[in-house]
Amino acid sequence: MSSRFLPETCPAFDSIHLGGGTPSLLAGEYLAEILDCLRSCFRIGDNCETAIEADPLDITDEKAAFLKAAGFTRVVVGAQSFDERVISFLGRRHRAKDSIAAVNVLRDAGIENIGLDLIYGAEGLPVSAWISDLDEAVSLSPEHISCYCLTVEDGTVFGRLASKGRLKVSSAEAERELFLAGSRFLRDKGYIHYEVSNFASAERHMSGHNLKYWRREPYLGLGPSAHSFDGGRRWWNKRTVRGYCESLEAGDLPLQGMEHLTEEQSALEMIAMGLRIRVGFKLDEVILPWIDQQGVDAMLAQGLISCAGRIIAPTVEGYLFADRLPLEITK
Amino acid sequence: MTQIRNFCIIAHIDHGKSTLADRFIQKAGLADERTFRDQILDNMDIERERGITIKSQSVNLPYRSSKGEEFELNLIDTPGHVDFSYEVSRALASCEGALLLVDATQGVEAQTLANLYAAMEHNLTIIPVINKIDLASADIDRTREQIEIDLGLDSSSALLCSAKEGTGVDAVMDAITEMIPPPSGSPDEPLKALIFDAHYDNFRGTIVTCRVFAGKLKAGDIIKLMALGTTHKVEEVGVFRLKRDARAVLSAGEVGYIIAGIKTVKDTRIGDTVTLASNPAPEPLPGFMEVKPVVFSSIYPVSSDDYRSLADAMEKYQLNDAALTFQKDSSAALGLGFRCGFLGLLHLEIFQERLEREFDQSIIMTVPTVMYKIVLNSGETLHVDNPLYYPDPVNIKESLEPFIRTRILIPDKYMGAVMELCLSRRGVNSRFSYPTPGRIEIQFEMPLSEVIYDFYDRLKSTTQGYGSFDYDILDYRKSDLVKLDILVNGEKVDALSQIVHKDRARERAVHVCDRLKDEIPRHLFKVPIQGALGGTIIARSTISPFRKDVTAKCYGGDITRKRKLLEKQKKGKKKMKMIGSVSIPQSAFVAVFKTDEKEK
Repeated sequence: MSSRFLPETCPAFDSIHLGGGTPSLLAGEYLAEILDCLRSCFRIGDNCETAIEADPLDITDEKAAFLKAAGFTRVVVGAQSFDERVISFLGRRHRAKDSIAAVNVLRDAGIENIGLDLIYGAEGLPVSAWISDLDEAVSLSPEHISCYCLTVEDGTVFGRLASKGRLKVSSAEAERELFLAGSRFLRDKGYIHYEVSNFASAERHMSGHNLKYWRREPYLGLGPSAHSFDGGRRWWNKRTVRGYCESLEAGDLPLQGMEHLTEEQSALEMIAMGLRIRVGFKLDEVILPWIDQQGVDAMLAQGLISCAGRIIAPTVEGYLFADRLPLEITK
Repeated sequence: MTQIRNFCIIAHIDHGKSTLADRFIQKAGLADERTFRDQILDNMDIERERGITIKSQSVNLPYRSSKGEEFELNLIDTPGHVDFSYEVSRALASCEGALLLVDATQGVEAQTLANLYAAMEHNLTIIPVINKIDLASADIDRTREQIEIDLGLDSSSALLCSAKEGTGVDAVMDAITEMIPPPSGSPDEPLKALIFDAHYDNFRGTIVTCRVFAGKLKAGDIIKLMALGTTHKVEEVGVFRLKRDARAVLSAGEVGYIIAGIKTVKDTRIGDTVTLASNPAPEPLPGFMEVKPVVFSSIYPVSSDDYRSLADAMEKYQLNDAALTFQKDSSAALGLGFRCGFLGLLHLEIFQERLEREFDQSIIMTVPTVMYKIVLNSGETLHVDNPLYYPDPVNIKESLEPFIRTRILIPDKYMGAVMELCLSRRGVNSRFSYPTPGRIEIQFEMPLSEVIYDFYDRLKSTTQGYGSFDYDILDYRKSDLVKLDILVNGEKVDALSQIVHKDRARERAVHVCDRLKDEIPRHLFKVPIQGALGGTIIARSTISPFRKDVTAKCYGGDITRKRKLLEKQKKGKKKMKMIGSVSIPQSAFVAVFKTDEKEK
């Protein structure tokens, strides 16, 4: 359906990402069918990054071989942690050994870009525990590591527990120390800290897909609740599977909403996203009218950003204030 | 005239005054159930929310009594706060009687008492009415007992009603006709009408509400406002029946309105006497007073670009608020603004709320202050109502501040706590009297500056709502004053400066530093806040910086949400005032003169 609405001039897709939920749960043949379908409907580039998010327990020898054969180039394993205390706190079914096995199996199957998703800040564990967790991860030589700070949100199970005082929540100070120590450790091990929560062993192993979000390049999201962006507009699909399917069956695009971004909104997004990534954003004529030079100077003085060759980029310390920096440096 | 009754309703907040007034209006056939907007008399949003009446209003109610006689009842609604006590006194002076409304579930409360005494001073006939008898928690016997003992009224004459259900309302209206005397005064004497309210109408100019005590008045007459000495030609007279209802003539005993091409409410004075230019009364009605502002504060637009729009709003606002005075002002921190004078702190708060809500202005107000007299070494005396213009201390010979006499009425068990409060506010020369058993009236002489911030709030909380408070201005007395400056991140914020008594300076400084610490959001850097007298720091607090502000995940579906949040935050930031590199929210300027919850 979406392919029919794409303009003729649309360039070939250079990344496919299966994520959100646990796509690895699908049997290999369905995954292959999805990729085949995409390849027949859309123009897909030759060196297309093809990635999937996977639960460690889903990665069997057979599944790994299937993923490789189907053309997946990148598999992100939802390890969460190698510390059993953290895994059980998060309520996951797998154990640390399952994640290790999954990485080894994927490696044996010939997957060249393996990513690990990790969570820190749970159970009030000290920096030393987080570093040994990371050490475990690094020993598997993954090409990519995502380190997410545990976020307790209102309205979630964790949120309810935290509000009742039954959950150990880390202080901002503790989270800050975990973040900085983790970044230092991984950089010492040769990883590039290229986004607030993301590390890659080399430029080519960064998530090309996720970089599109942060660099405001176009993307097409398929499936319930998926968001799409064409450079000027952003739209999102119906949230429920049922509503989504009904629209499609009726021959309609399953749109829930769409926004046309103003110049100011585009600039604000460019700045906000740019301040999450190591490469930053360029102070071009689109951005400049919205920049507050005094704010930039103040943030430079505080060492939260750098500015060279008209490029503004966050420092590692600056990553810690990625949500605040756009407010400080814009008018 | 024998068929006219002029009365008001005295009641504590929430005891059902507006509901009872609504019933009267319905019984008089002025509004039916469907077209009825409940609580017609309190028609300003702020009045509804605070449960208080700010301006006097009146309504003329035609009524056929149970004996079949036709009456015209004039209900005069009075304001209920010490800031407006002069307006209350003029409204009471326009009545012959008052309904004392008491909630049967709550009993007699403080405000009832204060207003009752005011009504008694005007020799009004008081009819006790016990309301809300339909509620299960109503305790009629106890309420009767309180009316008898606490108020010293004959409770056997108390009427029972439920304004909500409508029960007993006819009996109350009959009682008004039977117990309250008709007005006296002759329509043949020279005209004397008492102005007790004035409001502005976009089409007709100022509409004056008055009670005619003698003589009569019709369209075409040339009237003279005796205190101001101005004359106007009457365009229309009439009575209020939810809308204006024009009449051929207003005559002695009646309550109604005059439209006479009077441009603004400032061209009239509450308490002034209206007479005829051709046949003037020999002397005006007694009790006229020029109401003067006693509390001063500066207002500034949050964004200095909005000064023009604020100036326009002020022009419009003052059409309907004769008590407000203002002139241009400017601050290094906040730019161009206005220095305003108010009758009291409630008047100030109402002004602020109405300016924001009805006139859509985003403003910052500075700490309210009184008018000080500063005698310089040169012999010159300055009147200083603005800390910006406080002279250099080396040039000051002596300072004087205004004193008031407070009258505080409380149940006697709170005496100790209230004494302590008054003494801590530099109260002197206390005097006590016992108007009724169990009640005590405490009088103190106190600096006015001590009551303008939060005294009333404190009194209320100290006495669990039972304290009522009133004051008169006495004189200027010698005082030891200093100017307290506030520095935020090392920069002096002139709009936060205050003139304070030397002994209270540290306490105020600590208070301001603590409140600013709560109100100013965290920044990326440490923000010190200091209170200083000259070059000496006497208090400080520190806002610790953000340690971290980042969401862990931000992918395709999160960007819109993230941007919307940023847009909201940017809007919030624009509403703040930048002092150096620190953003100070509007609320911080207000918070510095509010009572601290934990101090209560």
